[in-house]
Amino acid sequence: MVQIQPKKSAETMKAGKHEKILLAHGGGGQLMDELIRRHILPKFKNDALAELGDSARLNLPCGVLCFTTDSYVVKPLFFNGGDIGKLAVCGTVNDLAVAGARPAALALSLIIEDGFEIALLDRILVSIAEAARQSNVDIVTGDTKTVEAGAADGIFINTAGIGVRIADADLGFGRIAAGDKILINGTIGDHGMTIISQRQDMGFQSQLASDCAALASLTCELLENATGIRFMRDPTRGGLAATLNEIARGAGLSVEIREKDIPVRPAVQAAADMLGFDVLTIANEGKFVAVVAPESADRCLSICANHPLGKEAKIMGEVIETPDVPVVEMKTRIGGRRIVQMPYGRELPRIC
Amino acid sequence: MEADRAIVDAMGNRWKAKTTLLPEAKLGDLVLVHAGFAISLVDEEEAKKTWQLIAEISEFEDTPNKVSG
Amino acid sequence: MLDRINKAQSMMNAACKAMGRQVHIMEVCGTHTVSIFRNGIRSILPGSLKLLSGPGCPVCVTDQGYIDIVLELADREDCIIATYGDMIRVPGKDHSLETKQAKADVKVVLSSEDALQLAKDNPEKTVVFIAVGFGTTAPATAVVVKEAAAESIDNFCILSGHKLVVPAMRALLSGKNHNIDAFLCPGHVSVIIGYGAFAEIVEDFGRPCVVAGFEAVQIIEGLAEICEQLSSGKAELKSIYPAVVTEKGNAAAQRVIEECFEPVDGFWRGLGKIEKSTLKLKDKYERFDAFKRFDITEAPAEEARGCRCGEVLCGLIEPPECALFGQSCTPQEPVGPCMVSSEGACAAWFKYSRKRAQKP
Repeated sequence: MVQIQPKKSAETMKAGKHEKILLAHGGGGQLMDELIRRHILPKFKNDALAELGDSARLNLPCGVLCFTTDSYVVKPLFFNGGDIGKLAVCGTVNDLAVAGARPAALALSLIIEDGFEIALLDRILVSIAEAARQSNVDIVTGDTKTVEAGAADGIFINTAGIGVRIADADLGFGRIAAGDKILINGTIGDHGMTIISQRQDMGFQSQLASDCAALASLTCELLENATGIRFMRDPTRGGLAATLNEIARGAGLSVEIREKDIPVRPAVQAAADMLGFDVLTIANEGKFVAVVAPESADRCLSICANHPLGKEAKIMGEVIETPDVPVVEMKTRIGGRRIVQMPYGRELPRIC
Repeated sequence: MEADRAIVDAMGNRWKAKTTLLPEAKLGDLVLVHAGFAISLVDEEEAKKTWQLIAEISEFEDTPNKVSG
Repeated sequence: MLDRINKAQSMMNAACKAMGRQVHIMEVCGTHTVSIFRNGIRSILPGSLKLLSGPGCPVCVTDQGYIDIVLELADREDCIIATYGDMIRVPGKDHSLETKQAKADVKVVLSSEDALQLAKDNPEKTVVFIAVGFGTTAPATAVVVKEAAAESIDNFCILSGHKLVVPAMRALLSGKNHNIDAFLCPGHVSVIIGYGAFAEIVEDFGRPCVVAGFEAVQIIEGLAEICEQLSSGKAELKSIYPAVVTEKGNAAAQRVIEECFEPVDGFWRGLGKIEKSTLKLKDKYERFDAFKRFDITEAPAEEARGCRCGEVLCGLIEPPECALFGQSCTPQEPVGPCMVSSEGACAAWFKYSRKRAQKP
């Protein structure tokens, strides 16, 4: 990587205090070393990271390993209920959690724009550390790169996560059968509507907050204390609609849900209605959908209800046989029926 | 409210709306908003009938909004 | 509430049974189409009652020629296109605003005010506001045109595609089409134009017109009222949305439309030319008229040969009877409004026809 001399006042050219990220911070030299030791390391205390080796060495319990990665480019960086840092940890932890794994370690990659405020970076790092701590997972290795101003919307983050699958957890589309119940651990649409509401051009303020949270403690508790859990997925982009359609397609079976059993906060519904969005297609960051055997449904529900992240859990519907092509159908509040389609992928507010 | 700019409150969400098309709107009025403009006052009695219905279903859909600022 | 729905259902069942024939009711409002779909209303109507999704989605009936003009303007370095979200995926000849977005400056706005603000914030560019919508949205456009004039915001202009619903209703009922028995009329358009605007449909064509709001209950009660009228041979104008709809409508809004616009002949996707159905900026405000500023005339794009949206809209044929259906006209590459609108008759049929036998 080419080292470019940053334009800086004489004062800040002295070794030590920098207020903004410079391209040189990604250069692998003194500035980067300082950034890591002063800002990054102290927040993520763990043995694997402290070695600062080119790779982290982990001693994991035996079992099936689950491995995932995700990149985070959310805008705005800070929002009610979280920020890009918390999201980066929770999102990846949740992908491990719904795969039936107990998260063990995360890798953290930062791509930061020239000119990004270091104070903001610190806030994000603190958020990452806190989220990791709460999920009982270590940041064991990482990477930092810098790019020209404008190339990264402030900061982009990628996290990769590794976890060990809980023994006996056997999750997959193939396990889903007609009659299985579909459970969700709480209200939908909170994250997506919060993000939308906090974008300047939307012209509305609200008390909405993202539901961003790490689900591993709840999913692990379910897997360890209940049987008959066939499949789990977190309804992020594309919302519940996308996840249910993926389940129907993957299992080759139809899905039937009841609108009145889908938990939604009134403020979220009102905001979605105002903008013409279908709340089923809005992203969630602290929710998972679980497909469970009918005889396990009550037990799973009660485990969720006794956990802080599952207090509003509900059984929304069930998996059913399909005469032909699998569909997701919803019984509406007024007793009608409608198909829930796979969302297009970019939901836009509608006026007309 | 300032001239014809208002803040409208709906289920705790606060939206900007212009009252240019509804010069008679006052603070506390219930209004219907479309594309950033208040286009009608909402008769409270009639609205309550609709609200009650929707409250019975579960929660709100296209809620008439209160002018609050 | 479910009581009210059950009651309305009973009324409809009784009325339809008494009539003993297929009944066609058309709704002409995009928001009604969406609400009907999202609530699954069709699935609880009597089998002989067919609900037609008319040309109520103003974006869907926007002629391809207009879209192509928008896309040309989007290509210009000196322009920012400000548009409602609905427009983004509507297809032009080769592109939509969405596919252009990577290279062009296209901003989604929620209000015409936002578009004007864009112009104030970007003095070195010209903001072109894509002004589409029926009667509910036209006043919003008129207000900002007046503001632009008052504050001399010269880098702002509008490309008016505002359409009028009553002329379209007349066009659908003229000619040999006797299929449409009644109309469910749009709630918010009526807030502006007053429900009295639909009186001419009742008087000249003898069709019941009932204005309803967008809640499922309101729509169902509106349909029940229509069925009652039809089965007793009546044709009346009625509003069951008294919370916000009056006979005369919003005077301030009507004044501002009258001041800024005049109705001219316009082209509707799938329906061809309809007289006095589109709003054009009056000469007084011509400097804000994008058509004049960029010296563009809207010529209708060649009617896609074989497009039978007009017949589908009126319920004269089912989507599969159109030769283009599923072949050159699909949800991914739609030709006519019935496929452009994701809740239009053809898009709906396309998605559900291979699935359950149950109608959407």
